[in-house]
Amino acid sequence: MKQFLAFVQKEFYHILRDRRTMLILLGMPIVLIILFGFALSTEVRNIRVAVLDSDLDNIARQIVQRLEANEFFTISEYIDQSSDIERVFRQGNIDIVIAFSPDFSGELFAPDGSQIQIVVDASDANMAQSYAAYTSGVIAQHFQELMPESSSGGIVPNVILLYNPLLKSSYNFVPGIMGLILILICAMMTSIAIVREKEMGTMEVLLVSPIKPIYIIMAKMSPYFVLSCVNLITILLLSVFLLKVPVAGSLIVLAFVSLLYIFIALALGLLISTLAEKQIVALMFSAMLLLVPTMLLSGMAFPIESMPKLLQIISNVFPPTWYISAVRKLMIAGLPITSTLKEICILLIMAVILINVSLKKFKTRLE
Amino acid sequence: MTLKYLLEKEFKQSYRNKVVLGLIVIFPLVVILVMPWAATLDIKNIKVSVVDNDLSSFSQELTQRIQNSTYFTLVSAVRNYEEGINELEVGHADMLLEIPSGFENDLVNLGTSPIQVSINTVNSIKGVMGQSYINMLASQFSQEKAASMASNTKISQAKVDLIIKNMYNPTLDYKYTMVPGLIMITLIILCGFLPALNIVIEKEQGTIEQMNVTPVSKLTFILAKLIPFWIIGFITVSLGFFFAWLVYGLVPLGGYPVLYLFIALFVFTMTACGLLISNKSSTMQQATFVMFFFVIIFVMLCGLLTPVDSMPDWAKFIAGLTPTKYMVNVLRSVYLKGSGIADLKVDLIVLIAMMLFYTVWAVLSYRKSSN
Repeated sequence: MKQFLAFVQKEFYHILRDRRTMLILLGMPIVLIILFGFALSTEVRNIRVAVLDSDLDNIARQIVQRLEANEFFTISEYIDQSSDIERVFRQGNIDIVIAFSPDFSGELFAPDGSQIQIVVDASDANMAQSYAAYTSGVIAQHFQELMPESSSGGIVPNVILLYNPLLKSSYNFVPGIMGLILILICAMMTSIAIVREKEMGTMEVLLVSPIKPIYIIMAKMSPYFVLSCVNLITILLLSVFLLKVPVAGSLIVLAFVSLLYIFIALALGLLISTLAEKQIVALMFSAMLLLVPTMLLSGMAFPIESMPKLLQIISNVFPPTWYISAVRKLMIAGLPITSTLKEICILLIMAVILINVSLKKFKTRLE
Repeated sequence: MTLKYLLEKEFKQSYRNKVVLGLIVIFPLVVILVMPWAATLDIKNIKVSVVDNDLSSFSQELTQRIQNSTYFTLVSAVRNYEEGINELEVGHADMLLEIPSGFENDLVNLGTSPIQVSINTVNSIKGVMGQSYINMLASQFSQEKAASMASNTKISQAKVDLIIKNMYNPTLDYKYTMVPGLIMITLIILCGFLPALNIVIEKEQGTIEQMNVTPVSKLTFILAKLIPFWIIGFITVSLGFFFAWLVYGLVPLGGYPVLYLFIALFVFTMTACGLLISNKSSTMQQATFVMFFFVIIFVMLCGLLTPVDSMPDWAKFIAGLTPTKYMVNVLRSVYLKGSGIADLKVDLIVLIAMMLFYTVWAVLSYRKSSN
């Protein structure tokens, strides 16, 4: 036991004396929470409009004024010919061009009616949709006020927004950040730390010491285990107090699932370290097999249901998918543990398999 | 002349590292092939569970509509609200639609009837989209029903056709938006991370000492380190261009020469950043995590995932300091809109400035004397 504690102490010195890495490991969750919480949004703030101007008449001018008065729109240019549309888009200063059919007000009550064309720069497909929707919304509102007797009624959907009535995007990504950070610290750091001893040749020294190899591994993992717990607490505190995302469910169950996930991540790190002989290889393995899939396929940022079937099936293999799904249910939706039985079972099975395999593969002999 | 020998050494080293070599080919392939399919914020297939308390022809027709819609997938029909909420809780469904009894009756006689919709909004985008899709479907349905029930006389009303034209990407395919930016992501990883590890490896293995006692000048040494990564960068990018054309039929409307000019600037900037970090770090672990920290910021704020225009001012300011923001704009503009150098003057000047700044700093940061 005393030997084990001495080893743990050694590992803590390793990480504590590398100030820069420590700083980044502790700062990373904070930066991620702030970036995701405040910087990343798809909300429309300022749509830059150019008006294709061939003598705006009365109603057309009213519509332009209405857009101008709206906080989401800035009329930044009037252009003369439709050939200019390409030019303003290419320069990238304009998001939409709005054009009215000739004699707009006069033709309005004719049987064929008038036309408004909204040309959208759709090189950002997602935003193009919102731009078009916002603009048509403003125009539709204008005409509704112009002639108020349009029919109403029909089916009236009463929509109830469950779990996230304010529709804050942070409710969705906080669990994702937890999944990412824990994998990053536990798996990536552990694998690099172990391979480093191999590469530097100091593993030999450790293996010939009287301590059992299992204790060497556990000692290696302990600082990262502590660090990930600290990070987990940081993320939860930040999300509750800074982002106002409540922990709706039981904290104990959440902690239990997170610990399970941390063990899986540590086992993954150990597994990678047994496969790699060089740090750069360990790094690339963890980046390609853990980091990129976690960011892309786990449902952290991009919904799994929108992916093609094949990717959906692949996503099932990665532990973060299940962890993030469980945390969303437990923390955000505040559901009881029974609703996450499937996730917890799968994580448990993964943990047992990974820990067994990685311990088996860990070589106590030098080749 | 010394540069030639040093380059030979660097090339032999990279060539003999099979993992890195494989990465140069496989990485762009995976990124271009897989990522655009995964990285989509498009909301399709919202899973719906229906409670039909009316069991009339209207309610069945509405259910049928949901099943036929591309936005929704009907996953189950349940008997009551409690069962439906349970479907939501375990994650079988995202949305619960409850049709009240008397739905058809009210709609025919009173002209209006409520329906109850509960959406799981943990994913807020899904919530917003689900809400607007169901509204759209409901109003379409009621309009058609109203039209078929009574061909009532219409008063002459103002008639406006809104024509929405999506230029450069008429089908609003998310993949076209992503692919040009993803080519840049491959560059960040290969031309950022590999140089970041390069000098620090020599430090950890102690071989840097041998370098430091040679008469090789700082500039020659750094150049010998940089040039292989420039070549790796160009190979990667060319593969990326090739896959983008092969798989998605994407060809830059602005032409390849413009793209290569900007790619060159970007590759120079990224490799210099990587070497800078490598010079300042003492272990690979440290270099990795410092680089990772910057890459996260570069990628998150570059406008690939969410537009820079939607960010708050402080984030816009930080985004303005990253080379990636300009590069995403350039790649998208040249690929989709056919912009030329004249349209991208600002981006060109900023990228040249950044390239010079980081390259000079990288050269200066290399110290032959150990402290």
